[in-house]
Amino acid sequence: MPVSAEQYTSLRAVLGDHLMLFAPEVIVAGTVCVLLLLRLFKAFDKLHLNPVAAGPLVVALFLLGTQWSAYFDGSAGATAFSGLIRLDPFAAFLRGLLLVFALLALVLGRITGLPDAADSADYATLLLGGTLGMMLMASANHLLMVFLGMEMASLPCYALAGFLKGRRAGSEAALKYVLYGAAASGVALYGISLLTIKFGGGSFEAVAKGYADLARTSSLDAITAAGTLMLLVGFAFKLSAVPFHFWCPDVFEGAAAEVGAFLSVASKAAAVGLTVRFLMTVHGACADVTFVPKTVGVGVMVVAALTATLGNLAALAQTNLKRMLAYSTIAHAGYMLMAVATFTSDGAAAALFYLAGYLPTNLGAFAAVAAVRTATGGETLDHCRGLAKRSPATAVALTVFLLSLLGLPPLVGFAGKFQVFESVYSAGQSFGRLGSTTLEGGFYALLAVGVVNTVVSAGYYLRVLKAAVLDDSPDLTPRPPLQSGEGEKNQNPLPSPLRVGEGAGGWGLTAFLLLLAVAVLVLGLAWNPLLALTSKAVESLPGR
Amino acid sequence: MLDLMLSSTDRELDLIQLSALAFLPAVFALVLLLVPSGWKTAMRWTAVFGTALTLTVGLCTLVDYHTLLDSRSDRTTRSLYHPATRLDERADAQLAVSATGVGSYLSDDLVARRPWIPRFDVDYALGVDGISLVLVLLTAVVCLLAVIASWTIETNLRTYLILLLTLESGVLGAFLSLDLFLFYVFYEVMLLPMYFLIGLWGGGNRKYAAIKFVIYTLLGSVGLLAAIIALYSVNVRDFVPQDLVKQRAADLKRKDPALTDAKALQLAEVHTFDFVTLGKVGRAVMLALNHQEDRIQVARKKEQGTNEADLRRDRQGTPEPVLLLAEGVDREAAIARLKGQSVCTPTFQYVVFALLFVGFAVKVPIVPLHHWLPDAHVEAPTPISMILAGVLLKLGGYGLLRFAFPLCPWAAHQLAWWVGLIGVVGIVYGALVAMGQRDFKRLLAYSSVSHMGYVVLGLASWSGGADARYWEWAVNGALFQMLAHGVTASALFFVVGVVYDRAHHRDLTRFGGLKEPMPVYSGMSAILFFASMGLPGLCGFVGEFNVVLGAWKFNWGLAVCAILATVLTAAYLLWAWQRVYLGVNPATAAFPDVSAREVAVLLPFVLLSIALGVFPSFLVYQWAEPSVAGWVSQLAPLQ
Repeated sequence: MPVSAEQYTSLRAVLGDHLMLFAPEVIVAGTVCVLLLLRLFKAFDKLHLNPVAAGPLVVALFLLGTQWSAYFDGSAGATAFSGLIRLDPFAAFLRGLLLVFALLALVLGRITGLPDAADSADYATLLLGGTLGMMLMASANHLLMVFLGMEMASLPCYALAGFLKGRRAGSEAALKYVLYGAAASGVALYGISLLTIKFGGGSFEAVAKGYADLARTSSLDAITAAGTLMLLVGFAFKLSAVPFHFWCPDVFEGAAAEVGAFLSVASKAAAVGLTVRFLMTVHGACADVTFVPKTVGVGVMVVAALTATLGNLAALAQTNLKRMLAYSTIAHAGYMLMAVATFTSDGAAAALFYLAGYLPTNLGAFAAVAAVRTATGGETLDHCRGLAKRSPATAVALTVFLLSLLGLPPLVGFAGKFQVFESVYSAGQSFGRLGSTTLEGGFYALLAVGVVNTVVSAGYYLRVLKAAVLDDSPDLTPRPPLQSGEGEKNQNPLPSPLRVGEGAGGWGLTAFLLLLAVAVLVLGLAWNPLLALTSKAVESLPGR
Repeated sequence: MLDLMLSSTDRELDLIQLSALAFLPAVFALVLLLVPSGWKTAMRWTAVFGTALTLTVGLCTLVDYHTLLDSRSDRTTRSLYHPATRLDERADAQLAVSATGVGSYLSDDLVARRPWIPRFDVDYALGVDGISLVLVLLTAVVCLLAVIASWTIETNLRTYLILLLTLESGVLGAFLSLDLFLFYVFYEVMLLPMYFLIGLWGGGNRKYAAIKFVIYTLLGSVGLLAAIIALYSVNVRDFVPQDLVKQRAADLKRKDPALTDAKALQLAEVHTFDFVTLGKVGRAVMLALNHQEDRIQVARKKEQGTNEADLRRDRQGTPEPVLLLAEGVDREAAIARLKGQSVCTPTFQYVVFALLFVGFAVKVPIVPLHHWLPDAHVEAPTPISMILAGVLLKLGGYGLLRFAFPLCPWAAHQLAWWVGLIGVVGIVYGALVAMGQRDFKRLLAYSSVSHMGYVVLGLASWSGGADARYWEWAVNGALFQMLAHGVTASALFFVVGVVYDRAHHRDLTRFGGLKEPMPVYSGMSAILFFASMGLPGLCGFVGEFNVVLGAWKFNWGLAVCAILATVLTAAYLLWAWQRVYLGVNPATAAFPDVSAREVAVLLPFVLLSIALGVFPSFLVYQWAEPSVAGWVSQLAPLQ
């Protein structure tokens, strides 16, 4: 089809605008390419490439920052690239979160020396590749982009899960992850194709319009139901929601703590963003306010309740810290899903706040596990014992992270949890006002589940706390904090990839942990800046 | 927060004063971080200085509060009570200022309010009245003496003192909060320091006791959180200054320009964590549920000189009006709106009351939920036991008095008999179990359960109408009982600590004969034992007597049980006294008498328990009673 001159200029202008908004992703993609090329030169083998990768991330963040005011004042933010993605405040918030997280993960990797200099290019490539996919997930506005984003995010994660080469558990974890992931994305793809066929297009607007037509007649046909279900299975896998959570504990246990942090926080942020956007778009198009909550919503509620409960109960029985944190991640996915299940903008804002608070908290928890590992060579509860005597600063930071995960004020975990519970309760109230007593009762029950789960989760968070602060180190001879190497060789023969490099741990790690702990405290005391962002971000979502 | 307080536009002295009272211990905890690690004595003195300064600020606040009461009192009556000095009146005035931005914050009303998280209507709101001031002063005294009692702590001294001071900050903040959310934050802040203090410096079974304490308290406090969220969801637009509603309507219109002004005004909702406002809703709900909604009336402008008394005169023969709705509210629409909300259903009232009651009952502790207490007391080090018994249990009583009853008065009234029964069961059960104890600390722990039962019974003695003064006595008694128990229980835990330092066990059967080698110590403990027993002339008597007096009118059966239980109290305390101090025992013959430091801790307690017993109204009631009178005058007429 020939393009006229005006069309060409207007296309160029639009493309230029969109590319400017898309610049952070472009930079990340460029960095991935550069890192792959650097691998070709022998000279870079000795150089740790994490800082090299961090530089462009800072630039990308800076670019996003310059567009920030445009997003949050409302002059920018629309679909881009012929409707494939939406670059709106909601996406901007999540993309910013993901970039910050990738940056912190690179810093953490440099400090703990998880990828040594030789492997750092691979590590950074995979990390940035995954982040890129997640950023696309967060802004996807088309079922095709949903699938692309999910795959782009997943594939690097599979490799990262097996990053500890030569370690059986790591390889097993990666394999398990691949198998589950492949199955889940196959199912999701099938769902996507069903929905696309049914609604004659894959853009969220088209899908939402299709649902709205169905809502008018109040009937869900088999194809739509199956397609929706399958697509949501894909989302649930990324969220590690019950019953698609089985990969999570094994992968977290097998992978390094640093990778676990990435999988638990970044992957979750992208999946929550995608789920919220998809469901809110569909819900916003339906004239009947109770149609989506009564169909999909009930499913989300049940899954949320199951996820939180099962995650917490299973975590009670764990002795491996990473496995415990894996189940805790599952439980937190449950809390976030509770907020998603409300189908209100308050709920979506609560989920975003929860994510933002979860970032420093869970990253810190995993980093503390990494600190325990570099100090003692192991990652079980026993290795945690006596941490307060060995390294008081690490113990203080760990205490802050665990309490924030538990949801005690004045830490940010409480801020998130409070908002989730509040949105669930007010959703129950508003559905009660609409005359839907089942939904009202359902939300009150969901709140009760959430509250009881908080108490249950105290059981295992406090167990770690008790081990770290109250218990004495069992058989370990007292050793200087966070200096390792010799200890590992003698007692805990970990395979080579975990060999701790020069300058690993030490003051850098302690400072990193304390910084995150301070962030957790400050965000828990001063909610207002973050609240302003989240409430602005969800305004760009369709819905009410 | 600092720049918030010091901003020059609305400098408010009481904001600074009350914040200082709440945060001074925390500030000194930070100062402790700067003390070089070897200087243990310097750390101890820093902590003493910090707690003493807090007590000083507390006493200054008492003087201010007394001045405030005095300024409004017409001096013709015995009581300093005046409606304008009630906490809710002062808080309302402050709310009107912060809602409208008109007027200025008063520096002498001892109420301060600034927005903290506007998105969720959370305010940083502090304030005192007689009820909270009693407990604030008790906390400051007990913490100061507990720091002196901690002189023998050697291991991880810095951490210990930091945790103790943080704990004090949490408790004081909780007593001073006017905002449910802020209260919850402070309430939870206490949890962890206590966990570590028991878990790190406690006795042999300390880890078990610490985790039990946390799990029990957490169970109560998540219920509390659920109740707070439920209360937050209530639309209180007809109970707050109407300018606030207009602001909300304008916000709505900004979001959705299609709305008409009238529609926006109709849709506007106001939510709050302010318990004064929520208390008004609770009272209105009680009237509505009792089919007396014609008594709910709109408040008028103060200048017109109409107050409740005038209205009552105007409306001879009609039911007594209760001014609950804010000025300028359409009464019919407001009542219709209230009845349309879920807050105006028995289920909501029962559930929220139950959540609040259980949440605080764990702390009091009330009998089926008391199980953590003996373990925590026995395992905690002496100074921490003092704080636990003297201060933390009072938070439970304070919570019932401040939140559970005023926020859900209807349910409280319906369940008053059961609550009273639970209190009496606690009194009798605690006394009986205490009798069977061999461990000195465990005996005291169960005696705490017994003594705090009087607090619950006093609060529950709901008598309305002409009998309201009986309830006033009972509530006064409950408040005084909290103070008296705070003094005697902390002191007695220190008494155990003193003898434990010498004998290194707490087995009552192996003591005896302490009177010979330790005469001073024995004399002081005798006074404290008798004070705890409730001997007239000592502090324990006043509270119990008032409670029983009030409870008699409420239900004489419960009162009789409570009176008979004092015999049990006397029995277990005298028996314990006999086993520890009397007789001849070669094992204890060589014990040295109390040291100067131990006297420094014991003597204030002894003097307090005598003074409070001899001059209860001069020392406490004259400024605490007006607040209790205000409390009762709000709830009693609703019946």
